[in-house]
Amino acid sequence: MDLTSLTVHELSGLLQKREVSSVEAAQAYLNRIASLNARLGAYITVTADEAIEAAKEADKRLLSGASSPLTGVPVSVKDIFCTAGVKTTCASKILERFIPVYDAAVVARLKDAGAVILGKNNMDEFAMGSSTENSAFFPARNPWDLQRVPGGSSGGSASAVAADLSAASVGTDTGGSIRQPASCCGVVGLKPTYGRVSRYGMIAFASSLDQAGPITKDVTDAAIMLKAIAGFDPLDSTSVDLSVPDFPCLLSGGVKGLRLGIPKEYFIEGMDSQVSASVNDALDCLKKEGALIVPITLPHTEYAVSVYYLLATAEASSNLARFDGVKYGLRVGAANLIDMYKKSRAAGFGAEVKRRIMLGTYALSAGYYDAYYKKASEVRALIKRDFDEAFKVCDVIATPTCPTPAFKLGEKTQDPLTMYLSDIFTISCNLAGIPGISMPCGFTKGKLPIGLQLLGRPFDEATILRAAYTFERTAGIGKEKPAL
Amino acid sequence: MQYEAVIGLEVHAQLLTGSKLFCACSTRFGAEPNTQVCPVCLGMPGTLPVLNAKAVDYAIMTALAVDCVVNPISVFARKNYFYPDLPKGYQISQYNEPLSSRGRLDITTESGQKTIGITRIHMEEDAGKLIHGEGADENYSFVDLNRAGVPLIEIVSEPDMRVADEAVAYLKALRDILVYLGVCDGNMEEGSFRCDANVSIRPIGQAALGTKAELKNINSFKFVKDAITYEIQRQIDVVEEGGKVIQETRLFDSTRGVTVSMRSKEEAHDYRYFPEPDLAPLVVNEADVERLRENLPELPEAKRSRFGDAYGIPAYDAGVLTSTRALADYYEELVRLTDEPKLSSNWIMGEVLRLLNGNGLTITGSPVKPSAIAELLAMIKDGRLSNNMAKEVFEEMFKTGKTAEDVVKSKGVAQISDEGAITGIIEAVIKANPENLERYRGGKDKLFGFFVGEVMKAAKGQANPATVNKLLKEKLNG
Ligand SMILES: [Zn+2]
Repeated sequence: MDLTSLTVHELSGLLQKREVSSVEAAQAYLNRIASLNARLGAYITVTADEAIEAAKEADKRLLSGASSPLTGVPVSVKDIFCTAGVKTTCASKILERFIPVYDAAVVARLKDAGAVILGKNNMDEFAMGSSTENSAFFPARNPWDLQRVPGGSSGGSASAVAADLSAASVGTDTGGSIRQPASCCGVVGLKPTYGRVSRYGMIAFASSLDQAGPITKDVTDAAIMLKAIAGFDPLDSTSVDLSVPDFPCLLSGGVKGLRLGIPKEYFIEGMDSQVSASVNDALDCLKKEGALIVPITLPHTEYAVSVYYLLATAEASSNLARFDGVKYGLRVGAANLIDMYKKSRAAGFGAEVKRRIMLGTYALSAGYYDAYYKKASEVRALIKRDFDEAFKVCDVIATPTCPTPAFKLGEKTQDPLTMYLSDIFTISCNLAGIPGISMPCGFTKGKLPIGLQLLGRPFDEATILRAAYTFERTAGIGKEKPAL
Repeated sequence: MQYEAVIGLEVHAQLLTGSKLFCACSTRFGAEPNTQVCPVCLGMPGTLPVLNAKAVDYAIMTALAVDCVVNPISVFARKNYFYPDLPKGYQISQYNEPLSSRGRLDITTESGQKTIGITRIHMEEDAGKLIHGEGADENYSFVDLNRAGVPLIEIVSEPDMRVADEAVAYLKALRDILVYLGVCDGNMEEGSFRCDANVSIRPIGQAALGTKAELKNINSFKFVKDAITYEIQRQIDVVEEGGKVIQETRLFDSTRGVTVSMRSKEEAHDYRYFPEPDLAPLVVNEADVERLRENLPELPEAKRSRFGDAYGIPAYDAGVLTSTRALADYYEELVRLTDEPKLSSNWIMGEVLRLLNGNGLTITGSPVKPSAIAELLAMIKDGRLSNNMAKEVFEEMFKTGKTAEDVVKSKGVAQISDEGAITGIIEAVIKANPENLERYRGGKDKLFGFFVGEVMKAAKGQANPATVNKLLKEKLNG
């Protein structure tokens, strides 16, 4: 039996029954990483020794009976989460040798649950990008077609999960960075409500939008992972003190009577016809299961990309100021302080990061603040209101995750604006702070995965998980594996 | 032409919380560099701020003490600039929506009473400290982040002051309040109470404000006075010579007593303030404000007038005795024990403060407690000690920490109040001075003093003066 092909809940079942050991599972994953990571670029750092040690501990825990559904399960995390004693690069030269002194809250919760961490996944530098081509080290690739991108910025996580290089991963999503790569790689990606998962120890890109969430092989795994990492954290003042529902137990029950809102603004001209056909099939499937289709409107959708690129870059320009060569990270020697700053940051940051720092600095500058940052904040409130209004007449909003399937490496790198548009369907969700899930709903003729996005009310991840689970079961979607 | 100055002050006061504004690190002053730090105040990637509730309470107490409105919602903002003592590359402060606004503070100068408006009080974190290397290290600068993240409040005044003395009076009054509240130690030398001054001039009668200079590095009351006085004259000179005052930041050079240009408006930073996304807006509910208001201690001004009214002591005494909360408490304890407001005041303002100052102590460090002084004063009242004797005894108490009773016993000082004994001495003195007795009885009243002196001499100064007076009069007039 190939342990790496199992989902978290399948593997967990075997571990609980002690039909396999955690060490065996970890070793199977490490072997597969060793043979495939060079082609996929899914990991920046593999922590083989630590993983085997953790697996041994997990096996003891499994024996003692004090275990959770994640105990002994090999997972990975995006290289944006701080890991005590383990290099955390954010895929940037400026943090190439940075070793944190503490674990991110997400990492600590995974460890507490007994999960075995295999390593740190590749990503776009500082989570800025939609293709993982902005990694300072090497791009990650799409397991369904190695010439194509896995999406981004959590492209390494999605690639790893799709290629069975980890049972599940935790990524981060600022404007679609979990859902878009999940869609590109044919896996499940869930961005929780802003405030549901602690951001402590997650290197900030845009603080008011960033949220950690699972990338998994199926919906059940997403529920298991979310339950493990969610919950109030006193160290994150923006995390919300709400009890965490038992998501895995809330999956069944179907969608009878569930009102599925279809925003007209998301079914646009120029969208790939195979994508729209596949998403429409998925909607039909849910309709047959008893869901009610409700046409809705989200009138401020057209402003979402502009608003996002003003607010996210403004916050990023400030968040990335700490990488100055003084305390940690890359320092390039120079004759004086100002030159040291300039040279260190010039050498440490890649082109896209520099572009966004400049954009954000501009948006916050004296004389421009009102026209850019402030105006964008006001429009953000309108976008949020659109969703509030929509959720009065529907329970879940269904859209495609991306307008197109995964594109080829290099196809969009010369044109940042086209690249920004790959997040057009995912960005509003972050601006509104609501939860969203992407799940596979079919393939193109060329065997590239297509993603369905379901958006829910704030803190109502349970409902979108239930709808996703219903569709997954009914359509029998998500069983197919890429040939590697 | 006649000019008047327009002065506004920005005060940064370090709050006396045990821990920093956004993490649990200690705020203790003087620890080894970089020993009071954690991932949060070091600005490590991924860390987030958590607001210190105590610091908010202290800021609100200050706001209430100077009649500010406490805003129900205030917003933290990032002030962005690069400097090695600023680990995150931004300072978390408050900008458009401060914690409190529109307050006032009454000051008294030689020209009388005046009310100074307070524009706003907001909260922010302190930066670390750069230490420039010396000797072999002269090419290096070192960063100490112990102070990074220590809570500050910034108190911004209206430009309501016109002369340097008003600025000093405002600062002193403000510092007294902060120290009274127990929210700041008011130490200008250690930098826990710092001040910047905005100074401009305009022709008297003109309403529009002139161009201001911001003065920095004025960290004592004397420097504040010197720097402002110098700057006013400098600006007048510039204008008189046909020049224009430019908007700039100037440093006070205390050794030369002058202000020197540091940077002009063109070189000023664009701080790119924006709301801090890592912290929710600070919501202060009315119940909390009321709770803090009810628990506000009596402030210096109120205490001063109460001391005048309740104890009947002169305004000057009340002013001295309320100069610190500890001194005022000491006085009130002594009055409670003696029921002698004026005598207590005299003793504290005289002997107690004289010896404390002479030994470089403050009232909290006094080796003599109010109860011990009360015992001493009781001995005067009983006639066991004269006032002068009591002063000697007090010095000994101060030196040794002994009680008045112990000092009196060990030194053998005790006043002779026994009428029989004193009568004996008087009779001996009269017998020895028959001529003077004649002259006294012949109308030379002034000789009474001579007889008192002789009696006290014979009694080695230990006779109760009142008894001596009374009995001597009887005998001489005999
Ligand atoms: Zn700290």
